[in-house]
Amino acid sequence: MTSTILEMRDITKTFPGVKALSNVNLSVEEGEIHAIVGENGAGKSTLMKVLSGVYPSGTYEGQIVFRGQECHFKGIHDSEHIGIVIIHQELALVPMLSIAENIFLGNEHATYGVIDWNANEKRTKGLLDKVGLKEDPKTLITNIGVGKQQLVEIAKALSKEVKLLILDEPTASLSEKDSQALLDLLLEFKRQGMTSILISHKLNEVNRVADKVTVIRDGRTIETLPRKDISEDRIITSMVGRSLDDRYPPREPKIGDVVFEVKDWSVYHPIHAERQVIKNVNLNVRKGEVVGIAGLMGAGRTEFAMSLFGRTYGRHITGEVLHRGKPVDLSTVSKAVENGVAYVTEDRKTYGLNLIDHIKHNVTLANLGGVSSRGVIDDMREMSVANDYRKKTNIRASSVYQLTGNLSGGNQQKVVLSKWLFADPELLILDEPTRGIDVGAKYEIYTIIARLAAEGKAIIVISSEMPELLGITDRIYVMNEGRIVGEMAASDASQEKIMRAIVRGEGKKAS
Amino acid sequence: MSTESAPAPQSGTAEDVKQGPRIAVSALTTNLREYGLIIALIVIMLFFQYTTSGTLFKPVNLSNLVQQNSFIIVMALGMLLVIVAGYIDLSVGSVAGFIGALAAMMMVIWPLGIFSNPLVVSIVCLIVGALIGAAQGYWIAYHRIPSFIVTLAGMLIFRGICQALLGGGSSVGPLPDSFKALSSGFIPDVIGPLTLIPPTVNAAGKTIVGSGLTLHMTTIVLGLIAVLAYAYFGFRTRRKREQHGYEAEPFPMFVVKTLVGSALALFLVFQFASYRGLPVVLLVMGVLISLFVFVTKRMTIGRRIYAMGGNAKAAQLSGINTERLTLLVFINMGVLSALGGLIIAARLGQAVPAAGLGSELDVIAAVFIGGASAMGGVGQVIGAVVGGFIMGVMNNGMSIMGVNVDWQQVVKGLVLLGAVIFDVYNKNKA
Repeated sequence: MTSTILEMRDITKTFPGVKALSNVNLSVEEGEIHAIVGENGAGKSTLMKVLSGVYPSGTYEGQIVFRGQECHFKGIHDSEHIGIVIIHQELALVPMLSIAENIFLGNEHATYGVIDWNANEKRTKGLLDKVGLKEDPKTLITNIGVGKQQLVEIAKALSKEVKLLILDEPTASLSEKDSQALLDLLLEFKRQGMTSILISHKLNEVNRVADKVTVIRDGRTIETLPRKDISEDRIITSMVGRSLDDRYPPREPKIGDVVFEVKDWSVYHPIHAERQVIKNVNLNVRKGEVVGIAGLMGAGRTEFAMSLFGRTYGRHITGEVLHRGKPVDLSTVSKAVENGVAYVTEDRKTYGLNLIDHIKHNVTLANLGGVSSRGVIDDMREMSVANDYRKKTNIRASSVYQLTGNLSGGNQQKVVLSKWLFADPELLILDEPTRGIDVGAKYEIYTIIARLAAEGKAIIVISSEMPELLGITDRIYVMNEGRIVGEMAASDASQEKIMRAIVRGEGKKAS
Repeated sequence: MSTESAPAPQSGTAEDVKQGPRIAVSALTTNLREYGLIIALIVIMLFFQYTTSGTLFKPVNLSNLVQQNSFIIVMALGMLLVIVAGYIDLSVGSVAGFIGALAAMMMVIWPLGIFSNPLVVSIVCLIVGALIGAAQGYWIAYHRIPSFIVTLAGMLIFRGICQALLGGGSSVGPLPDSFKALSSGFIPDVIGPLTLIPPTVNAAGKTIVGSGLTLHMTTIVLGLIAVLAYAYFGFRTRRKREQHGYEAEPFPMFVVKTLVGSALALFLVFQFASYRGLPVVLLVMGVLISLFVFVTKRMTIGRRIYAMGGNAKAAQLSGINTERLTLLVFINMGVLSALGGLIIAARLGQAVPAAGLGSELDVIAAVFIGGASAMGGVGQVIGAVVGGFIMGVMNNGMSIMGVNVDWQQVVKGLVLLGAVIFDVYNKNKA
């Protein structure tokens, strides 16, 4: 803990029209875990791309000094060569190749192009031991879970004799357990003297492992906090530039009659036909009510929502949906939409947006009838709708003609929300509405939810973040292994109570 | 430079973001591709006009050019939708060949009585084309068999049936003149020809203007109407945008675009009018192009096709019936392939076993030169049409120049590669 391993001085990076980084300074000491936090769009990833040579030397201003040497990287190859390895949020593994093949991809033990598989596998075993992954090196990547894939990425980094390991949102798609294991591994590496940079949204994780935290906001370094000053509140204040006393907007629920009721809903797995994924679920939502569905990953919440929404998941679906007491047909997506149901997916990039098209076209997609007559789109009407929703949900973009693929996570989520708001549903099912988006944008999403409830919409929120459910819902169902295992008013729910309901498993039947 | 590149402002609403100049710039860059393509076509035409010592723009050659390439462009319209939707269709050349053979058999060989009438035969052929499209589309849409494989099978199957129908290697003809008019006919001059003022003779006794040139007036009138409509609708759209307070492209750019477009169109109209008038097939093509521009730009079904090609899962979860849409896209392709087949047969005046052979590649090349993405979701009708004309002008120009057919292929291949490289390079720079 003595010498500085990396020093980035006055880094300024400009894109046409935008200054992404201005005079950012970062100093990392040997052997520490240095966390970088900041909202989406603050410039963290850009900074890391500068560091790893994705943006080559000369396309930015400022200096990078690594182990006393000033560096001018021309590409990732240069930075990896001297031991800076970055693991991106989206894993870069080839699914149909084995663990060993992936780890040494492009770096195989070979003589004249002929691969020595024994040497590769032997080294792979050694590396897997280091990261605590007990898998056969011949296992295909596609056959192991995301958590293990993350470990393979790290093993791959180790194979390159890494001096500085950079992890960009490593736990974003991991379960709680896998996340903990990964953080433990980071701490273990630290004991062995490795330096790491951790980029994360999850402040509790940062809190747990980081020795120092650098906060970036609007492309500037705000401050670097030493270990003793690290606390979630402190970081949040620094990240958003104002203190967030309340992480959830206040609201006064005005709850009316039951709008939608689901009875005896059962769903079987689409491929493994004998597996029942959803087991006799009963639930209801009232007008103006925000209902939460809590549960662990794999509890069946998304599957439930998607099977409800136009049967987009599962087969042999049985059960009944009542709309204001009368049975209603939701068997296709368009019928579901017509009958006032909207589902905002948990995976906005894969299921929510056409990333190569602009905001305007995405917003109107679920309700093209609303901007057209007899199949002909009224461009002006569409334009005003798009602008209207851009204002309402506060989408930050240069215009409605910005491609959704170029928006930050929070703004993408607002586009998906706008799309479904324009379809004017009575029941809005939000699946992990704030996953992967920053604190500021989260607050905005909560505000939108509160406003919709106040307008009389019924809302179901599926979330793995219990504080979020406790903060924004009126009533919470707890789901485990495809069953509703608990129901409680948010006012007398707590994280502990929810966990207990999950653990108890077959608890009381919900009403 | 995805999600993190632009720092978001902390407070304030979306309108706080300055937008004026950026929109003008973005309008320019998004249209650059389209303009660039049209400019490329003009440059290529001028090049061949020069190297063929003026033959290219001769009225008779222009008519030839249109008649030789119209089937490529007609099929490219369907292929554009197929590619935008995220698929490919390799069977179009074989389907066109098969339909040509079917049409010839119905009109010439089979004793069908009144049903051998060219109009009836054409309608039956278009329906058969739709059925072929539906048959292929069914497997692609509802059984998720890759379109490459289904249509590769179709390519073999329909070429085989085409040859079998014609009884091995023979050709069937001649086809009735009224059918041939589809491809080699010209619209009738209902207004009547106009002979330009008698020749003016200069002092040296040479004719300087007017050479007894006769103009096909119906063509002139139709051309003028089309150009005026083009200018009017362009202006109206612009006006409407401004009234609603939205940015339109800068006025000078609009004027230049409209003037250049109109001048070019009028020049071509004049050339056609001074020969035998507007080829029937050009009229058919013009109507189809307008229809497809309208469908892709203004209609919900067009929008849905783009959405499906951009992200099929998201489209499905937005209530779009992607299976049915896929089926429709292939039915449309089938109908246009059939029309392409009829045009080929009409031009040759007979059905031959090799009709349309290899044309699927020209059609696909036209669409990609026109800027469509092989990943789906991106592509414009006008792009595909201009891409088709670029291929056509190169064919025609090189043939007149006497370039060997083998080398023509090489040049076309290089142009296709160059166009796509240009696209990718542009995209990365943006």
